[in-house]
Amino acid sequence: MSIRGPRKGENYELSVDLNSEYRDKRKDAIKRVIASMTVGKDVSGLFPDVLKNMQTEDLEQKKLVYLYLMNYAKTQPELVILAVNTFVKDTEDPNPLVRALAIRTMGCLRAEKIIDYLCDPLQRCLKDDNPYVRKTAALCVAKLYDLKPELVIDNGFLEQLHEMVSDSNPMVVANTVAALTDIHNTAIAAQISPSSSDPAIFNITSTILNKLLIALNECSEWGRVAILNALSRYVAQDEKESEHISERVVPQFQHINGSVVLAAMKVVMIHIRGVRREELVKQLIRKMAPPLVTLLSSPPEVQWVALRNINLLLQKRSDLLSNEMRVFFCKYNDPLYVKIEKLDIMVRLASDNNVDALLSELKEYASEVDVDFVRKSIKAIGQTAVKIDAAAERCVNVLLELIDTRVSYVVQEAVVVMKDIFRKYPSTYEGVIPTLCANLEELDEPEAKASLIWIIGEYADKIDNADELLGIFVDTYIEESYQVQLQTLTAVVKLFLKKPDSSQGIVQRVLNTATKDCDSPDVRDRAYIYWRLLSTDPAAAKAVVLAHRPPISIPRTTVSPALLEELLGEISNLASVYHKPPETFIGQGRVSADSVQRKGSDTSDDRFSAQKALQTVVAGQQAENLLDFDDNMTVEGQPSGLAATQVLPSTPAAANLLSGTSTNPLDDLVSIFGGASVSNGMSGNAFGTNGLGGLSSPTTLAPSSGFNNLVASSPAPPQQQQQEDLLGLF
Amino acid sequence: MASLIAILDLKGKPLIQRSYKDDVSPTCIERFLPLILEIEEEGQQVTPCFSSQGINYMHIRHSNLYLLALSKRNTNAAEIIIFLHRLTQVLVEYFKELEEESIRDNFVIIYELMDEMMDFGYPQTTESKILQEYITQESHKLEIQVRPPMAVTNAVSWRTEGIRYRKNEVFLDVIESVNLLVNANGNVVRSEILGAVKMKCYLSGMPELRLGLNDKVMFESTGRTSRGKAIEMEDVKFHQCVRLSRFENDRTISFIPPDGEFELMSYRLSTTVKPLIWVEAAVESHKGSRVEYMVKCKAQFKRRSTANNVEIYVPVPDDADSPKFRASTGSVQYAPDKSAFVWKIKQLGGGREYLMRAHFGLPSVKNEQDVEKRAPISVKFEIPYFTVSGIQVRYLKIVEKSGYQALPWVRYITQNGDDYSLRTALEKGSAPIVPM
Repeated sequence: MSIRGPRKGENYELSVDLNSEYRDKRKDAIKRVIASMTVGKDVSGLFPDVLKNMQTEDLEQKKLVYLYLMNYAKTQPELVILAVNTFVKDTEDPNPLVRALAIRTMGCLRAEKIIDYLCDPLQRCLKDDNPYVRKTAALCVAKLYDLKPELVIDNGFLEQLHEMVSDSNPMVVANTVAALTDIHNTAIAAQISPSSSDPAIFNITSTILNKLLIALNECSEWGRVAILNALSRYVAQDEKESEHISERVVPQFQHINGSVVLAAMKVVMIHIRGVRREELVKQLIRKMAPPLVTLLSSPPEVQWVALRNINLLLQKRSDLLSNEMRVFFCKYNDPLYVKIEKLDIMVRLASDNNVDALLSELKEYASEVDVDFVRKSIKAIGQTAVKIDAAAERCVNVLLELIDTRVSYVVQEAVVVMKDIFRKYPSTYEGVIPTLCANLEELDEPEAKASLIWIIGEYADKIDNADELLGIFVDTYIEESYQVQLQTLTAVVKLFLKKPDSSQGIVQRVLNTATKDCDSPDVRDRAYIYWRLLSTDPAAAKAVVLAHRPPISIPRTTVSPALLEELLGEISNLASVYHKPPETFIGQGRVSADSVQRKGSDTSDDRFSAQKALQTVVAGQQAENLLDFDDNMTVEGQPSGLAATQVLPSTPAAANLLSGTSTNPLDDLVSIFGGASVSNGMSGNAFGTNGLGGLSSPTTLAPSSGFNNLVASSPAPPQQQQQEDLLGLF
Repeated sequence: MASLIAILDLKGKPLIQRSYKDDVSPTCIERFLPLILEIEEEGQQVTPCFSSQGINYMHIRHSNLYLLALSKRNTNAAEIIIFLHRLTQVLVEYFKELEEESIRDNFVIIYELMDEMMDFGYPQTTESKILQEYITQESHKLEIQVRPPMAVTNAVSWRTEGIRYRKNEVFLDVIESVNLLVNANGNVVRSEILGAVKMKCYLSGMPELRLGLNDKVMFESTGRTSRGKAIEMEDVKFHQCVRLSRFENDRTISFIPPDGEFELMSYRLSTTVKPLIWVEAAVESHKGSRVEYMVKCKAQFKRRSTANNVEIYVPVPDDADSPKFRASTGSVQYAPDKSAFVWKIKQLGGGREYLMRAHFGLPSVKNEQDVEKRAPISVKFEIPYFTVSGIQVRYLKIVEKSGYQALPWVRYITQNGDDYSLRTALEKGSAPIVPM
């Protein structure tokens, strides 16, 4: 029994009122108890007093007492037993509302003691005449399974649920499907290796399929979502069935509830894989566009979920919304998270036909107040330039206009973007360089500085006062950030290789400072390599530092093909909203090496799975994942022994590279040997000591192949190629 | 699927919460606001869904409240976010306004609603009309106990049987909202028409209704030629009462309507619309001391129509003061909270054109670094008896087994959407003013 509090105070008064002889007073007291509970006061001591008021004809009072029980049953398991009788009696009440309420609440009590008493009433309610009671009972089975799976299996509730899939009432069917799916998921989560013989596994047969397709058209909106979710798990037997399912689901695109629309899209995206008739595929895809556009008229949070999914759909079907770019134009009052998603999609949809409209829109955004949005808009201009050759010049002109505004962050971002354009179109827009250099004083962000320095180094032979400009940075070398130091170093070496006569002094100065006064091993190492290269074999130095760089391009997908397929099967779920596989954010927040490996073995292509694992790591951005990934890499039998240990520390760098510490994928592809500079600078020492350190001495060439392998498995081919070239030189 | 749903105030304090599954501890609610602040501090975007330590936080904002759902699984995010909006809608319909105060006053009924609208994390009945039939604010007396309305589980879950009216009537409102964006050059960059057909249904029994529109696709598929104009709707959404598969087959809109007021369908057209009300402003700023506006507005629709309650919002700098206005029609007010002035015109006849002038003082000290925020001009209006798309209700057939006669009434109206904006406030002389 609970300990009684002192004979005064709020709880004491409540206890007196709860035992009052007047009904109204008692009911009022219960309300006050619930009010205290709502604001977080502990009223569990009143349990016995509240319990006395359970047996009542007043439905509202009953609901309140039930609510109280749900909250405190866990802390007072001994006392809950006293409530059992009333509960069981209520499940036989003539009013279906009371029956359903009783069975619903009993399932929520979650006290061991009461569960054994739940089975009989549940058995009865599952067969109730009233569909409202049946639909409530169906979900109660899932609640019971969550608590004590044995009870569900022993009592044959699962068989009963399977029968209820054929219930005459569509709402009951929907809740039954939801319950079976819930049990299915719980069972899978609990087991290490789920076997299909487990009765809790919900296999959707073709008989069930037909029942679901019929119920789909009749039940409520949420029921439709449950049924569509089940349909997405069905494995079609043949092409005809895939076509059939797709055609039956398409009318749901017209539903007013956006989650029904998205769930229907998911089913179609899954079953369209089995459809080979070109014109049907085209027709299905065509029908998806208008409902997707309509989702953009929903509240911002819904829009955001839709936009994240549209982004994925476009990665798979770039033609999906090709004529609809304008609907993604940002509204002035859109929340920032919506605007940023829209920007990304706009660049995806950019083509020769609409690029003018896009550019004038982006220019408009670049004059808004929100710094983050302005920067992303300028980035988008750069991406457009890289994506559409014919529009590059127009993009450059817009950027020049923006630089003209002399707003600091606009100028800096524009400089960063210009560097990408130079990478894509070398020697095309040299006329811009003087304008950029004129703004040198304004730059205070490392990335912008590094970008400008890279440009100066790259075109050192065409800039008369290149040595002067670089000299400014050499003078302040020690105060600069590593990123800028690395870039300055490389640029000065480039300058020296291009104009050896006039820049002997500056190169000597920078090498001296970098090797003697710098505290970053990254910078020192690189300086030593250059020094050695220059002093032993200038021709080799030229081949390395001034090597031809493969042009950059905008990746069509942001996730690997395998992951994209997986995420398309998750449309409308959190996985497809985050663009991450579910393992990275559910469970204990860490991916076990086992599960990653199991996943890997599903895909025949090893590199494929490695790529996916890498994506997982990137997506997760959690330390635990990184460790698991390493396990996985070794298991996959790529490098072993020493090489394997080399892989370990370099992983964060690779992850950084992929995740794009900045959101612009281009940044990471910037200048190469020197190169890896930008991303290296960010990733810290690990990469430098193991990656470049390995390179500097021929004896460690073998282990560094581990590093090379790793890069090979990442979707960054230009870098990989360059690294290979580099190795070849030694 | 949600394990827990809570309504929080802006400080992150839960006002009311309901746990549906035990896998997420209620203490996670307290982590919500700190997490948001943390994300903001890192300079990142707070998105409606995010995950932390294995818990997924999904939330929406409604005035000064957060509605939050927590889950541990790879939940259907669209479903939960839309459910939260629906919960808001239901609570608003119950209490008129949803805010801290109304939650504190009505916690009993909110608990009841939360219990009924979601079970074990799965959304159940969210139609407020049906909920109101068995969850009411007056307590139930012993003798008359409420029962779950048939509608909760019926195949026709939106209508109860046995409704009786002495006079059977249906009112149809066709409302078109125009969203459009005009750029500084005066070109329409983006425009769309969002249409809605709203119904007020006072019909007895279980009537079968069929609605005929001048739908181009339907005319084409039935091989009929229409008299007059047919319209091409790009996307149509229906209330759940409409039989979707029938519409898919032969574009017939057939349904058993809910009782009372509801939105039957909505549609979208993205044809280019000429701005119905054109506004442009010439801005003349005098070196940090004052700024002058000349605003021109023109009604670009047929003379026989009239726009009512026109409100034109012209943005001004945040720190503008001492306003002076002169208008050739209507009235002008300064709305400092919106950083704009509002020109209100009660009735604006088609083809008419008016001018107004405004003058503001500016503080003489000005931070050079400040970037001028350039909000577009926005306009609110209503034009009755007119639709931009030209949609027409051709017929509404009502069949009930008792065979009564019912009269349908139809009204048309065109209004501004939530984004009718023009970027035509230009510095005088800096850009072309488009000839009208």
